Amino acid sequence: MLTRKIEFLVGVFLLAGLAAFLVLVYKVANVEVQTSSDTYTLTAEFSNVGGLKVRSPVKVGGVVVGRVSGIALDPKKMEPVVTLTMDKRYNKFPETSSLSVLTSGLLGEQFLGLTPGFVDDDVATLKDGDRIYDTHSALVLEDLIGQFLYSAGSKDKK
Amino acid sequence: MRLTDSIADLGRDALGLVAGLGKAGLLLWGALVQIPRPRKGTPLLVKQIYVVGVQSMVIILVSGLFIGMVLALQGYTILVDFGTEQSLGPLVALSLLRELGPVVTALLFAGRAGSALTAELGLMKSTEQLSSLEMMAIDPLRQVIAPRFWAGFFSMPLLALMFTAVGIYGGYLVGVEWKGIDDGAFWSILQAAVEWRQDIVNCLIKSFVFSWVVTWIALYRGYQLVPNPEGISRATTQTVVQSSLAVLALDFLLTALMFGK
Repeated sequence: MLTRKIEFLVGVFLLAGLAAFLVLVYKVANVEVQTSSDTYTLTAEFSNVGGLKVRSPVKVGGVVVGRVSGIALDPKKMEPVVTLTMDKRYNKFPETSSLSVLTSGLLGEQFLGLTPGFVDDDVATLKDGDRIYDTHSALVLEDLIGQFLYSAGSKDKK
Repeated sequence: MRLTDSIADLGRDALGLVAGLGKAGLLLWGALVQIPRPRKGTPLLVKQIYVVGVQSMVIILVSGLFIGMVLALQGYTILVDFGTEQSLGPLVALSLLRELGPVVTALLFAGRAGSALTAELGLMKSTEQLSSLEMMAIDPLRQVIAPRFWAGFFSMPLLALMFTAVGIYGGYLVGVEWKGIDDGAFWSILQAAVEWRQDIVNCLIKSFVFSWVVTWIALYRGYQLVPNPEGISRATTQTVVQSSLAVLALDFLLTALMFGK
């Protein structure tokens, strides 16, 4: 009877460990079970991606529609190329859509904002492997301050 | 003369260290590398998981809860000055997952279970139970060491997971229930910050490395000790001191490898 009790307690121990693992995976890390079949891939060229990272969200009006899956430098043009993995549920974006690197809040993380463009009869929707050409780069604070100082300096001379 | 003496001492210590590592390796090799016997091995393993894992649960859960609560309270008093107290969730969760969960669990495990393993083996040795087993043609490495090693190796990561989960709950209690951080913001910012690969897998890797080292040191110290009261007390102390130092040093190494890039 004693061994039965020990076995029971060991079972409880293992279950508690498993429960802790599941809590960490689903409640804390919020792992989404996502297969590759329900996503499609887009690429986009930027002149500067700023602090954008792999796994940064792609948002349309604040709704997450995909994630950045890769950032690489185009070896010929010397410009960063961002690969986006988009949710298949949102597959009706027109070709004329534009992407911009935005920041959430003053000090927050950077993300990609997708602005859907106009829809016309001869405008197709974005499909797997398409490239978005209309992009707006990240605001670099140092450049902004530099421009401001330059313009303020040239004003003084007049 | 004194200089050559101290060089000779250094050499002796180095040789002793290498010999110790070799003996410890042989001990583990002899215990683990063999054909598994599920029918005889499982009851022994269950008994040891009970001793090593189940009996350590209370101290692990209580310390996890309190460490999570303290972390949240200290973090809150600083974060609230910047108006970013909602980042308390990632603060608590990431520090527990990346560092405190595996490390504190390993330290507590060394003190609670490692010292007990050493003392038990020491008493077995001093009452010549290990020699009796050998006389009856039972391999003590297989009968005594192997189940204790596997029990320690698999129990500690489970304990570390429980510690972390309970610690995050403690942080939730202080942050949300007591200090009034918004419930939804706490969890959503926490979930956005914690990643499966970066945080949880690394937490598990650390836990398994620490459990391997702590259990190994405890068993080696117990198996090799001088079988008298003084030897047992010394080996028990050595187990706790050496495994704590090994855990802290390895933690720095692993952190540098995982997050140093």
